Amino acid sequence: MPAAAGAGNGQASAPAVALSDVTIDFRLLGRGTYTAVADASLRVADGEFVAIVGPTGCGKSTLLNVAAGLLMPSRGRVDIFGAPLAGLNRQSGYLFQAEALFPWKTALDNVAIGLEIAGTPWEDAQSRAERWLTRVGLAGFGGRYPHLLSGGQRKRVGLAQVLIRDPKILLMDEPFGPLDAQTRQIMGNLLLDLWSADRKAVLFVTHDLEEAIALADRVVIMSAGPAARIIGDWTVALARPRDISEVKLDRVFHDLHREIWHVLKAEVLKGYAQAEATS
Amino acid sequence: MMQRVRLIALQVFVAVVAIGLWQLFTTVPIFGVIVLDPFFFSKPGDVAGQVFQWFAEGKIWRHLGITLTESLLAFVIGSLAGVLVGFWFARKPVIAAVFDPYVKMINALPRVVLAPIFTLWLGLGIWSKVALGVTLVFFIVFFNVYQGVKEVSPTVLANARMLGMSERQLARHVYWPSALSWMFSSLHTSVGFAVVGAVVGEYLGAAGGLGYLIQQAEGVFDVAGVFAGMVVLAAFVVVIDGVVSLVERRLLVWRPVAGETRS
Repeated sequence: MPAAAGAGNGQASAPAVALSDVTIDFRLLGRGTYTAVADASLRVADGEFVAIVGPTGCGKSTLLNVAAGLLMPSRGRVDIFGAPLAGLNRQSGYLFQAEALFPWKTALDNVAIGLEIAGTPWEDAQSRAERWLTRVGLAGFGGRYPHLLSGGQRKRVGLAQVLIRDPKILLMDEPFGPLDAQTRQIMGNLLLDLWSADRKAVLFVTHDLEEAIALADRVVIMSAGPAARIIGDWTVALARPRDISEVKLDRVFHDLHREIWHVLKAEVLKGYAQAEATS
Repeated sequence: MMQRVRLIALQVFVAVVAIGLWQLFTTVPIFGVIVLDPFFFSKPGDVAGQVFQWFAEGKIWRHLGITLTESLLAFVIGSLAGVLVGFWFARKPVIAAVFDPYVKMINALPRVVLAPIFTLWLGLGIWSKVALGVTLVFFIVFFNVYQGVKEVSPTVLANARMLGMSERQLARHVYWPSALSWMFSSLHTSVGFAVVGAVVGEYLGAAGGLGYLIQQAEGVFDVAGVFAGMVVLAAFVVVIDGVVSLVERRLLVWRPVAGETRS
């Protein structure tokens, strides 16, 4: 049981990410506050891959932004490897859903920038970026500007851009959301491949339950907003290394999917009903 | 390639027809009347002769040089000021808010009314023309740079922060390239306005330059001279625009061209 092993490590050392009773309010213009997430507690052990699944607009990305330090929670605390988080989470890398590459830099420079700003000599940064481009399958594409790459290729550059800094925690906000089904599978396998090399703690937000089960050690379900809470936490007992397309044929996968979907479905319907009511 | 040849042929055809009609209406009586009086409209041949004479005598070069110098100085000074102030305002919203009504006021002012002031302050030499060009170029660059800094994608900005950029590094790697790209995309307009400032300034009072040449010809009812000045000015602007296009292509390589983007 990989998750159990991960939890065992977690007891020995502090968890990579620990959210304790985190509540996030947004102030609305002249209409009081909107509570996006209420009393969410979540632990991600070092080396553990956790996926957060929830209906659209449930605040799962908001929770991720809190873990990244991009957003301050209204209440509750955030600890990174046992130390309270102040400001940005310097130990994490963040892969965004939207286009986040610098359009005025080539693929190579986009990957190298993280090292350059940290003071790595230019030539060293360039050669390491070249190696990372090769690792994500983009050897020879270094000179291209982002607009000349496909959506999947841009995500690969983004992955290299984040991983070259070797962050201890990887935060991913529906990173493969805009891609087509085949590309998503390929990207999922690439991610697992890179992750297995040096297991970082991963917090992966998605609305796709299948993707979550196929990738993660643990799947966490959030309820529909407002005041979304964490309402379920499942361990995925699938052996690694996994191949995403094969793992989806596994009995364990199907049973778990049915079990989680039973809970998630009610929330998804609630989410739709609320969206209808407010629109 | 064939398409290009055809296009150029058609473009030349338009010029030939226009000049042909001009020649026809100014020389051949139609139903006993000359439609365009050559005293007011001159003749293509006379205009061409005047242009040729200017170049043959070499006196045009001095005027071209003056106008070019004024335009370049106006462009460089106006752009520099526009970039600095635009960047500063965009990064300091309080300052931008304080100066906002004054910026709008000055920008709404027709710049020609400033020309007499500049002539009084800076004399009849090139600097009064440069100043006029600067007031035109500055606002175009200023607004574009301001917009460029403001319109940086929030995701790109968050990504830059998460990659560990300090405020200084954000300015250098994110705000600056974005601002410059907006400025470069308005290069044609700002260079054009630099020339407008120079020529209008010369026209209103100068001792040299294309605007001065046109104004002198107009003063003695030398219509051929006025048209010749316009022809030289048009050619001058086309050449400058070509240079700008070359520079632009070099500077904005990272920008998607319509039809080239992959999704």
